[in-house]
Amino acid sequence: MTQPALVLSDVSKTFRSGGRLIQALSDVSFQIQPGRVTGLIGPDGAGKTTLMRLAAGLLVPDKGNIEVLGIDVGKDPIQVQSQVGYMPQRFGLYEDLSVQENLELYADLQNVPRQERPVRYKELMHMTGLAPFTRRLAGQLSGGMKQKLGLACTLVRSPQLLLLDEPTVGVDPVSRRELWQIVYQQVQNAGMTVLLSTAYLDEAERCDEVVLVHEGNLLGQGNPQDFSDEVSGHVFQISAAHLGARQLQAQLSHAPGVLDALIEGETVRLVMQAQAAANPDILLPGESGVKITPLTPHFEDAFVAKLKTRPDRDEQKLDLKVGISGQIGDEVIQVKNLVRRFGDFVAVNNVSFSVRRGEIFGLLGANGAGKSTTFRMLCGLLPASSGQLAVAGHDLRVAAARARGSIGYMAQKFSLYSNLSVLQNLRFFSSAYGLRGKRQSKRLHWALTTFELESYRDANAADLPLGYKQRLSFAAALMHEPEILFLDEPTSGVDPLARREFWAWTNALAEIGVTVLVTTHFMAEANYCDRLVILSDGEVLTQGTPREIKDLARNTANPDPTMEDAFITLIEQKKTAA
Amino acid sequence: MPFAHIIALAVKEFLALLRDKRGRYVLIGPPIVQLLVFSFAATFDLNHVPVAIYNQDTGSASRELISHIEGSPNFEIIRSINHDADIAPLIDNKDVLLVLHIGPNFSADILRGSSTPIQVILDGRNSNTAMIAMNYLRSILLDFNRDSMKKQGQTGPRTVLEIRNWYNENLQSRWFIVPGIVGLLTLVVTLLVTALSVAREREAGTFDQLLVTPFRPVEILIGKAIPGIVVGLVESTVIILLAIVLFKIPLRGDIGALYLGIALFLLSATGIGLMISSIAVTQQQAILGAFLFMVPAVILSGFATPIANMPIVVQWLTYLDPLRYFLVVVRGVFLEGDSYALLFNQYWPMLIIGIVTLAFAGWLFRHRMY
Amino acid sequence: MIANTASRMRLLGMIRKETWQILRDPSSIAIAFVMPVVLLFLFGYGVSLDAKHIPVGIVIEQPDLATRSLAGSFSRSEFFSSVLYSTIQEAEKALDKRDIEGIVWMRNNFSANLLSGRQAPIGVLINGVDSNQANITRGYIQGTWLAWLSHYTEAHGRPLPMPVTLEQRVWFNAALSSRYFLVPGLIAIIMTLIGSLLTAMVVAREWERGTMEALMVTPLRIGEMLAGKLIPYFILGMGGMLFSVVLAVWEFDVPLRGSFWLLTLSAALFMLVALLIGLLISIVSKNQFVAGQLAIIVTFLPAFILSGFLFDINSMPAPVQLLTHLVPARYFVAILQTLFLAGDIWPVILANMGALLVMLIFFFTLVRIKSRKRLD
Repeated sequence: MTQPALVLSDVSKTFRSGGRLIQALSDVSFQIQPGRVTGLIGPDGAGKTTLMRLAAGLLVPDKGNIEVLGIDVGKDPIQVQSQVGYMPQRFGLYEDLSVQENLELYADLQNVPRQERPVRYKELMHMTGLAPFTRRLAGQLSGGMKQKLGLACTLVRSPQLLLLDEPTVGVDPVSRRELWQIVYQQVQNAGMTVLLSTAYLDEAERCDEVVLVHEGNLLGQGNPQDFSDEVSGHVFQISAAHLGARQLQAQLSHAPGVLDALIEGETVRLVMQAQAAANPDILLPGESGVKITPLTPHFEDAFVAKLKTRPDRDEQKLDLKVGISGQIGDEVIQVKNLVRRFGDFVAVNNVSFSVRRGEIFGLLGANGAGKSTTFRMLCGLLPASSGQLAVAGHDLRVAAARARGSIGYMAQKFSLYSNLSVLQNLRFFSSAYGLRGKRQSKRLHWALTTFELESYRDANAADLPLGYKQRLSFAAALMHEPEILFLDEPTSGVDPLARREFWAWTNALAEIGVTVLVTTHFMAEANYCDRLVILSDGEVLTQGTPREIKDLARNTANPDPTMEDAFITLIEQKKTAA
Repeated sequence: MPFAHIIALAVKEFLALLRDKRGRYVLIGPPIVQLLVFSFAATFDLNHVPVAIYNQDTGSASRELISHIEGSPNFEIIRSINHDADIAPLIDNKDVLLVLHIGPNFSADILRGSSTPIQVILDGRNSNTAMIAMNYLRSILLDFNRDSMKKQGQTGPRTVLEIRNWYNENLQSRWFIVPGIVGLLTLVVTLLVTALSVAREREAGTFDQLLVTPFRPVEILIGKAIPGIVVGLVESTVIILLAIVLFKIPLRGDIGALYLGIALFLLSATGIGLMISSIAVTQQQAILGAFLFMVPAVILSGFATPIANMPIVVQWLTYLDPLRYFLVVVRGVFLEGDSYALLFNQYWPMLIIGIVTLAFAGWLFRHRMY
Repeated sequence: MIANTASRMRLLGMIRKETWQILRDPSSIAIAFVMPVVLLFLFGYGVSLDAKHIPVGIVIEQPDLATRSLAGSFSRSEFFSSVLYSTIQEAEKALDKRDIEGIVWMRNNFSANLLSGRQAPIGVLINGVDSNQANITRGYIQGTWLAWLSHYTEAHGRPLPMPVTLEQRVWFNAALSSRYFLVPGLIAIIMTLIGSLLTAMVVAREWERGTMEALMVTPLRIGEMLAGKLIPYFILGMGGMLFSVVLAVWEFDVPLRGSFWLLTLSAALFMLVALLIGLLISIVSKNQFVAGQLAIIVTFLPAFILSGFLFDINSMPAPVQLLTHLVPARYFVAILQTLFLAGDIWPVILANMGALLVMLIFFFTLVRIKSRKRLD
């Protein structure tokens, strides 16, 4: 075999953060082979970014040795840096420089000979689809385009080893597909070696090999298929004649022997423990019309089986008493012909939809599709250019302050006070909604116990692990038991385990009649919604139930399309129509 | 209910401000250091001005004049020279600020009772220093003249200037500068606290979170104004105490009149800070905005240079500067013993600036476009 | 050879990028162009220590020839704008209300006493709150009074020779115009703003936005990165200097008596020191808020107060004077005031440039030690 592209031997790294010592990596050893795509997979805080930075020579390990392309990183980082390409999670694009200028800068820094540049630029721009935008400022590109430009800048001088740190986070499915195509092209045409970390587990299956890390430890390395095979025979699809997917999932997740229960359209995907059998009488006692079919396992099934250490949350503990002021099924949110312009740019163009009480309503779309703008207008944070909107009969922008008391809001990025403690944050937001005295302390206790924040109550919000930050935001939005809940990208950047937990809570809320409006760019999460709208370029692409939307992509070639397939089909249809 | 809201908001603001080590440091460290350094450094009084004497006279009168100069704490004779050519290098190289040239016939002329000139060569690079040194020298000479006329039994006209300085009897710069620093530092601290408060929340996204709660903009405004005012109040009290105890500045007026002025000044400074903060999109813009306001505000306030010396158009501009009014109040109460009535014309403009800027800031909370 | 061209390419790339960014960032423009203009005009036109038309009250309890001629001296002087009062109470009230800055008080028996050779003192009350202005006011009152006295005694046939008169010759700034010394000093302040405040914030922004990480994994050497940052801001700062010099000479009529090249050379030296301090601040803080704070506290305020720009260093207490030696602006202000008003005085210029050179070497070493191509 040829020389490995990257060798880690007994690498350890610790950080000091907020007075505590964090073991980011402990005694990690592995090799990756040249000319292949290797995926670095693990939940948040597993040490993926640290590993990438160590390989790029930006950090020095406490212990152990790293060799990149046969060069010792510790001894000659500059030599390594001139042979690898590294794209950090937040790629350092200069937002006040244009696409072309960013490329030029990195070409200069990477010493790409001038005569080779025009050809290379053309190739990269063509590959990334950025050719029409070379003069646009990087700051004005959509998230997916920024990511592609970042990749183009990294590839401007074809590196031998390409390190990509979560390149597809927050990127819409179409752009993700394009990014992957670019990566494959590099591997096939230029013989490049790629190490790529990702939180999207479906992407793991596209890798030739995966390296699984968890809490700084190496859990395994191998072909993704090998991992999936471990749970082979334990994955099932289950449906019940008289139960909706949501209730079904809720019941199944507490059934004995169940490792994971995930809504997939109208059915539930089940991963069972190795010893447990998928017996309908044990899983759903007393339920009739239960259908169980074995499935070929996905990588995600194996991942969850490997990492899931605690059982699903018990929704009954989400002990909320929401005063619902109306009938289930009333229209609580109405949006009619909503338009929002920023100068010449139309961010939201003639959008109409309505949300019924007690449903989970999804707002789907790529970054820059107009989800957040619509969302902000609904919450009264941004005035509409024209059109009508009402939330529980009010336009929140002009309504009395009290009208806002019936909604809960969780912003896109973590937006609680980072230097206030968990308890102080919760106390502040509960008093914002007029909670005082005994009721307040009761609710505080509720929040701390339900979301397992008790052990962090005096920690600064900024120092929480990502998953706990998200819980805290969720708790803060629920302190006053709102009947309408706005959730803006609640699962962005959150690992699959935390995402499952989060949706379990949201489902429980919907079950007691809370109306939930949620935006997401994870197409798979659309399955959790009762109904949804897909936005693209500020316009409604389609709306309906998840099944109705998937039906649009159903054909003989693809009898069981995913939401992502549907999305891509619709986008392509729109393109050809245009 | 609104009262509970405001309390909750103010508590949150204080926690956000004071839980952070860096935040605490910025509020406590720099103001104290600045007070000490500035109070000692910022003075127009001259001490030990280096002087060279070029004495061509051999008589007793010149020796007496020189001893007058030696006796003054303002001057220090560091060199005696004997040639014209020595003058230029001393002045050029900043070894001395001035050279006193006494001609060869000095004593003889004085004995004869005729008038005799002496020459002063001054380094005018710092015009203010030169002018002050010149004034000191004139006073010494006036005394010398009176003495020597008395000695010779001359009876000139018996008119003298009986000069009394009100409020700052010994004309100590420090009495003027330190109360000014009370105003300056109070402004700096209040602006820092408030100018970042909205911008920081906008950048962190918490401002949106705040706006979707049932808080009214006016409650948010008051909640955000309270820390600025309280911190400013504490800070100015500390500085005032230091001014009285450490720098022995007399406090002659009504302390109530002083605190009324402080309250109104803090209101206007808070309003300006929150307005800058509401206009800014990022923290960087807020810092620079505060800086762009602060520098001209200090220069135009009469802190170091009198407003009366400014051109009339610039003087109009100073009416927009709350520090201008506040400095009159602080100095007035400290040194002149002013009370409410005399300061009324300083109070109301600060109140108006405060109300207008706060109203604008509150309006911007909801109407700022992104 | 190959390494050289590669290095030059990277350096030029960095410089080009910085230049684009400067030109597109409103806050750079604000600090580099708006602030200097505001400061220059404020100090050039607005702020002045030269009192003119000081409002004084003249109290004449009994109008007659002598009192009227003294009052006339005051009203003719360009230093005063005089207001007549007939009682001291009225005038004191005006002084209390800050309508006037001083009072010259001739009592009702002033002329009679003066003519009969009895004591005829003149009362002078000055508002001493602003001690500096009070000193200046006193000087002007004394001068006006002395001029009147010699004129008066001569007119009455009893010339009164003062034993000693003062002939003053002010070098470099004969009119003692404060603008002449404020405007050159201001150039040091403006260059501090661009060199330290702007640079500190701009580099800190790279850390905050994550662009630093992307730069670090390129083959860019640390020296190239520093040079790439220094050169554009150096040019910007020198541009600011040139602009200020032009404004000072043509708009504010400040004479430039020394050599322009010497001025440029010393400005370049100072600019490098300011830039290095700015870089150091940004490396230490890595965050715009802290960098901005530090830059204001460590560079801007000392340049204002402790550099001799406004307040005379010789008059500060000894410990504070020692402290001023750590302020680079101190040396540059001395060079500026000398070059503008006095000329090429080599001993002054060499000594101060030597001090700047020492600081340059010190900060350069510190920056080299502190900046590593690593994240931890």
